[in-house]
Amino acid sequence: MDGMSLSDIGGILAMQGFNGLSLFCVLLLMALGLAIIFGQMGVINMAHGEFMTIGAYTTFLSSHVASNYFPALASSYFLLAIVASFIIAFGLGYLVEYLMIRHLYRRPLDTLLATWGLSLGMQQAFRSTFGAKEVSATLPDWLMGSWQPTAGVDIPLNGLFVMALTIVLTGGILLLLFRSDFGLQVRATVQNRTMANAVGINTKLVDRITFALGCGIAGIAGAAFTTIGSTGPTSGSLYIVDTFLVVVFGGAQSLLGTVASAFGIAQAQSISEFFMTSSMAKVLTLAAVILILLIRPEGLLRVKVRR
Amino acid sequence: MANPVLAIEDLTVSFDGFKAVDALNLYVEANELRVVIGPNGAGKTTLLDLICGRTRATAGTIKFKNRELTRMAEHQIVRAGVGRKFQTPSIYENLTVFQNLELSFPRGRGVFGCVAFKLTPDVENRVHEIAKMIFLEDRLGDQADLLSHGQKQWLEIGMLLMQDPELLMLDEPVAGMSVAERKQTADLLNKISDNRAVIVIEHDMEFVKNIAHRVTVLHQGKILAEGSMDKVQADPRVIEVYLGH
Amino acid sequence: MKLMYERILGGKQGMMGLVVLCALLFVVLPLTFDLFRLNLIGKYLSYAFVAVGLVLCWGYGGILSLGQGVFFGLGGYCMAMFLKLEASDPESTKIQSTPGIPDFMDWNQLTALPKFWEPFHSFTFTMFAMLAVPALVAFILAVAMFKRRVGGVYFAIITQAVAAILTILIIGQQGLTGGVNGMTDLKTLHGWDIRTDSAKYILYFVNCVLLVGAILVSRYILSGKLGLLLLAMRDKEERVRFSGYDVSNFKIFVFVNAAMISAIGGAMFVLQVGFMSPSLVGIIPSIEMVIFAAVGGRMSLIGAVYGTLLVNFGKTYFSESFPQLWLFLMSALFISVVMFFPNGLAGLYEKYGKAWIEKRIGAWRNRGAAPRPAPQQT
Repeated sequence: MDGMSLSDIGGILAMQGFNGLSLFCVLLLMALGLAIIFGQMGVINMAHGEFMTIGAYTTFLSSHVASNYFPALASSYFLLAIVASFIIAFGLGYLVEYLMIRHLYRRPLDTLLATWGLSLGMQQAFRSTFGAKEVSATLPDWLMGSWQPTAGVDIPLNGLFVMALTIVLTGGILLLLFRSDFGLQVRATVQNRTMANAVGINTKLVDRITFALGCGIAGIAGAAFTTIGSTGPTSGSLYIVDTFLVVVFGGAQSLLGTVASAFGIAQAQSISEFFMTSSMAKVLTLAAVILILLIRPEGLLRVKVRR
Repeated sequence: MANPVLAIEDLTVSFDGFKAVDALNLYVEANELRVVIGPNGAGKTTLLDLICGRTRATAGTIKFKNRELTRMAEHQIVRAGVGRKFQTPSIYENLTVFQNLELSFPRGRGVFGCVAFKLTPDVENRVHEIAKMIFLEDRLGDQADLLSHGQKQWLEIGMLLMQDPELLMLDEPVAGMSVAERKQTADLLNKISDNRAVIVIEHDMEFVKNIAHRVTVLHQGKILAEGSMDKVQADPRVIEVYLGH
Repeated sequence: MKLMYERILGGKQGMMGLVVLCALLFVVLPLTFDLFRLNLIGKYLSYAFVAVGLVLCWGYGGILSLGQGVFFGLGGYCMAMFLKLEASDPESTKIQSTPGIPDFMDWNQLTALPKFWEPFHSFTFTMFAMLAVPALVAFILAVAMFKRRVGGVYFAIITQAVAAILTILIIGQQGLTGGVNGMTDLKTLHGWDIRTDSAKYILYFVNCVLLVGAILVSRYILSGKLGLLLLAMRDKEERVRFSGYDVSNFKIFVFVNAAMISAIGGAMFVLQVGFMSPSLVGIIPSIEMVIFAAVGGRMSLIGAVYGTLLVNFGKTYFSESFPQLWLFLMSALFISVVMFFPNGLAGLYEKYGKAWIEKRIGAWRNRGAAPRPAPQQT
């Protein structure tokens, strides 16, 4: 380590820490939508990754349309694309809940299998429509480049953007669930469906919107990922197991737990990557999560329920 | 009291600060039929949950034939001789009445015992014997979900009798039964308490009068009163809290 | 004798099903298809082991494992290691920098055989390890989870994670395992060349015998009190626990059994196909094996075999002719089996097929009889 000054090491730590934070945001964005669906409704959506991919492809399409037909929008299309991703993913999620999920509520294992089947179909649909090769959106200028607070510390702007988006989204979801009327209805339905029905809450509609919301958030996550990497038909399946582990590890019922768990897992993985190959780091992290789950099946933050 | 078969001392369980059962002392003798009554939320079902191991106590001891139950796993408590009936009939709906009873026979409870288990005459005889006691001997071939609510309660009692427990705990055994069925159940309980200790939770005072040797009244996790039915019914505190004027 | 008839052969019904299956596997298929296709069918039948295991742990035990590829792979890799060592004798590998070790180790600059490979020189050890290693892994997983009452969805996701971990490990440790290419160039089993035509025929029949054996063993397990108990556990686990049974022990038992049966399938795969790779271990192959069991009927041991054959035939046929269509078909198959045909082909047979067959048999029996006189009008 000759020739490395303190500020160099500090720079490396800052960037490594930033990598960890970046990974944290990625995991959290993916896990948020899933936490709502799985944590609040107990529904396993193995096609969650594909809803993300829908958002990514929507962004790609928007970028394509903007650069070819509306060059003036080259900078601003991105934010519109995020909104579009949400809307499309939300709509599709709504449809899927109506056609499939609502018939399977009492059968969680079957929901798992059926949504896996759905993910296969969606992947093939992507392949047939966009081709098997990966595609990328052309990022607007304000997302390119990096921020250099001090010499030697290079923080990519797109990473900062993803972070900001994550914070805004997490805050928004927490507000929605805990401060809004709709959130109240969702929590009521989850805690006591019969009573919620009895006081006039349309639990079926609440379920449908909640599921669609989770999918919509996945869409936004997908849009955000176009800033970090390219998109292919199977991009969603890269992260599905990680995402589930994040949600389960954090305590399926607790959103705060999901945040903590995403943070922990991301840091564990990026720190281990410093010392070993990235595949071994992944193995180590997965194994550690499983081990901890075996010791404490409820996850990190348990919502205590009286029997 | 002469050596009680069930000795509960200082039993406490708290859920997030709320004490469902609070420093409870309770003693039940062999051959006694004890009825536990009290308003909702008094801790009656929780008491049964604690004894059979479904809920873990926060403090206190439960000694059954001098064995400490609070440290044992549920199935070990059952094998030690404790049988528990749940509030809603907990039977195997997709199996026949015969199969429900057969599965409750206390042999071949380990994995390999199960694989090697043979339906020998002694098991069959016992199934028929118990089926007769619970008024279901002509329904042995029927699937359990076809039984009426009252018959399902009887089936569950029968399943417990197959185990031949020394302590039998019944949670609201006559809920949902007609008057005639209640009379039959009262006769059944009186017969089976002959050689075992029985704890019954009930709300139907007529039924309680028919079966109880002694009555314990629970309120807010503590014992409010204890004694014969007459004594308890006359107790002003019990009238205030539960029985009404 | 009664024991044999009732419990293992499954009484009259079970016997019939078994006879039909054996006729198909031992007579019809070998006579209909050429060796190349038969070998392919043998490959499918090695997957069928996993499906049979799933009937045991998923259909009856209610335990959905999305990582059966792990056990298939462990069994397969054990067999592959033995075969690879045999194929890497110093004579054949003399062009390597280090003769006497498998080629992929040589490519990765290893100079000596890793310690854990040594025992696989022995066939006895390999046979033992092939069953013991998957059983041990399954046992550890099962004890850790079922004793803590982790079930259902959590268990399924954790099995997925385990499958992912094993795949990454195998691919990452190229020098030790052959990495993403797996172990190839397997030639002889104890000197017997497994690549010859006669060997392939023999291995096909061995596979079928073992498969039927696995079905009979599973039948024996399920037909007694244990099968009844598993059904009771799925219905009311608590009541079973409060009848004096340690529920977790039963779950562990079926899960370990399913793992061992899958491992045998893995070994037969290696023998018939001649290689083993991580592409059979991970999440995707594991979930495909679940679909085999689901299509056949998750409660039917014999159905599992038919389901495996059907889906794999479909896969081969469609992915050759209409590759895009195949994945859509798979997707539709998944969804429709789960939503509309939870008992798969076996369930359909029970509902419609049996009645139809009985009618046909009845008509055949009554052939040539005089038409019945019309009922007397009164």
